[in-house]
Amino acid sequence: MKKYDTPLIDELEKGPWPSFVTEMKKAAKNNEMANDAVGHLEKCFRTKVGYWKHGGIVGVLGYGGGVIGRYSELGDEFPGVAHFHTVRLNQPSGFFYTSQALREICDVWDKYGSGLTNVHGSTGDLVLLGTKTDALETIFAEYSSRGWDLGGSGSALRTPSCCIGPGRCEWSNYDTLDLCYALTQEFQDEIHRPMFSYKFKIKMSGCACDCVASIARADMSIIGTWKGHIEVNQDEVKNYAKNGMDITAEIVNMCPTQCISYDGKDLKINNAECSRCMHCITRMTKALKPTGERGATICIGSKAPIVVGSLLSWVIVPFIKVEPPYTELKDVIRKIWEWWDDNAKPRERIGEVIEMKGMRSFLEGIGQSPIPQQIKEPRKDPFMFYTEDDMAAFKAKEAEEKKTGKYKF
Amino acid sequence: MALPQRKTDIGPPHYKQFLPPIIQKNYGKWKYHEVITPGVMVHVGDSGDKLWTVRVASPRLLSTATIREHCDIAEKFCGGFFRYTTRNNVEFLVSDEKQLESLKKELTARGFKMGGIGAGITNVVHTQGWVHCHSACTDASGLVKSMMDELMEYFESTRLPAKVRLAVACCVNMCGAVHCSDIAVVAVHTKVPTIAHENFKNMCELPTVIGSCPTRAISPDPANKSVKINAEKCMYCGNCFTVCPPISIKDPDRDGVAILVGGKINSLRSNPKFSKLVIPYISNEPPRWPKVVAAIKHIVEVYAKNARKHERVGEWIERIGWERFFSLTGIDFTFQCIDDFTFMRDTMRTSSTFKWS
Repeated sequence: MKKYDTPLIDELEKGPWPSFVTEMKKAAKNNEMANDAVGHLEKCFRTKVGYWKHGGIVGVLGYGGGVIGRYSELGDEFPGVAHFHTVRLNQPSGFFYTSQALREICDVWDKYGSGLTNVHGSTGDLVLLGTKTDALETIFAEYSSRGWDLGGSGSALRTPSCCIGPGRCEWSNYDTLDLCYALTQEFQDEIHRPMFSYKFKIKMSGCACDCVASIARADMSIIGTWKGHIEVNQDEVKNYAKNGMDITAEIVNMCPTQCISYDGKDLKINNAECSRCMHCITRMTKALKPTGERGATICIGSKAPIVVGSLLSWVIVPFIKVEPPYTELKDVIRKIWEWWDDNAKPRERIGEVIEMKGMRSFLEGIGQSPIPQQIKEPRKDPFMFYTEDDMAAFKAKEAEEKKTGKYKF
Repeated sequence: MALPQRKTDIGPPHYKQFLPPIIQKNYGKWKYHEVITPGVMVHVGDSGDKLWTVRVASPRLLSTATIREHCDIAEKFCGGFFRYTTRNNVEFLVSDEKQLESLKKELTARGFKMGGIGAGITNVVHTQGWVHCHSACTDASGLVKSMMDELMEYFESTRLPAKVRLAVACCVNMCGAVHCSDIAVVAVHTKVPTIAHENFKNMCELPTVIGSCPTRAISPDPANKSVKINAEKCMYCGNCFTVCPPISIKDPDRDGVAILVGGKINSLRSNPKFSKLVIPYISNEPPRWPKVVAAIKHIVEVYAKNARKHERVGEWIERIGWERFFSLTGIDFTFQCIDDFTFMRDTMRTSSTFKWS
């Protein structure tokens, strides 16, 4: 195997943080592809430019995604990375593994790939980094026969992902792990056979802490919430005070709706005015607990800056029950896709299409009524559509008022 | 050797088989948790059962050798069960407190770094960079390594007012939630792309290329059977290059990084926020990007000194005002900080109330 001189990236083996260069070199010890990846990276560092070409169409029979084609411009100089495709393995909900399962994954990958991975990629897949086109069918047979499937890529439903939820968190308002698994199974066709205008991501968080960043990077964000009161354990409040928490400064004054009061002994919450931001609960988790009806808020549209600027997801369904078999939620998802399919041009994310066509078109398309929980504030300009039906409804309301002698605004 | 029978559309394995017995037993019935050290927390179930989590740093790019080492450790101390986090750390889970100390000892002996829980700096969400991406204008892993070497004390302590989430994107595509981080590094191009006209008609679709441009800078060039780019409108996003390989935007001397601050994704106290641009350009300086690292460390230190407990970077800046942020940090305010793309209306000040330094 060729030995590369790598003075620049060697610098990144120094220092306390674990080194990705060390990882690459570990893999390079007995893997030609990884070895060439090391030399290739050194060249990038030396010339300050990348050499990966646009992905080509590669994949496994019957699937339109799950493998991202990657080729180097420097295939002659670094033949081990001439083809260096990525395989996305659909991760289990919550990124839980057994050593036995991961050892199997590693064994197959050492045999047919570079031995390099990302655990995990941005979308959530277990990413296998670098293999050749002619190994793909073998890799797929080896993994799928062991119970592992490919994730999504291209204009498809991308691999859904979720926070740790009820697996190890007291704040989860629904079973994120189970919903993630259920939706992934329900929509296998949409994941493996790209049929959308562009990518569509679904991420699930159990509460407003949003540990999977769903509000910022999922076309559909499903964020747990509740409708009942926050139960207060006053003994634990006293313990927090005793252990040095300045409850007035850290809890009362930081509550965004100012619905908490504290008299030095008891903590009181005006639950009707609480907006469920989670601040007090996360600071005093032993003392405060949400109660009552649990469910989720569905938000839509977030994405990174390409093309016309970043979006955060917008609230469309303020509260929905999230319980197996998740029929209502699945119906909403199908309606969303149908509207998107009817209205999008190629490479348009759903948030962009909603901006173009208007939120009303979208909400009507999926059968959602307008409700103040959806907005930060009402429109500021007086340019608006009045449909014939709207006018008929306004007129009918006024006719009714004339009859009853009472205004209804 | 014959290949095993392939199966399609089976989806991922069911998560339940990967949950350790204590989680299966206490599933959905956790009562509270406490952070014991920056690397250890304990979750307590309604049943009284306790589950200790030890969080360990990872470079995300892992060799199978290191994954097997994680497996060895999990088998020795955790019954073979372990997990990774949404920010790419490794978590070892033990239900027996006696195992905790020996696990920590072993992790230390093997050189693993424990930390990242609570009001500090945990692992950095980042993209592929030169390691594996076609549109990278810097190396993400190299930047992360350089930053975290310098910020290690914050990974191993909880001395900051609140957690500070860092992210690195190697181009403006920004895979991952880079655009809503306390401090985000995004690599930028700074030059109008060039076009190899002779290849355009064979490799690109005209409407797709025109449609890919957010500033409508691209128009047909019938004479060349290609397109032309209006230099006065182009903001170098690189989206045209993504849809059309003969368009070239990489430039080793001009590609660099920008720094954005004040984003967050949770709804605690205040709504989720985008990160905002404060430093428009720093040259790419591999292998260690010293100026980028110094800038981030400086911002973290000014924040640590000035913010109130529980205030995230963005909340602190909103309280003190952006003019105060620039005066406290000494960062030059430039034209790039004023939005001239889609958010100008919402981001200009519309009152005469502000501070002087």
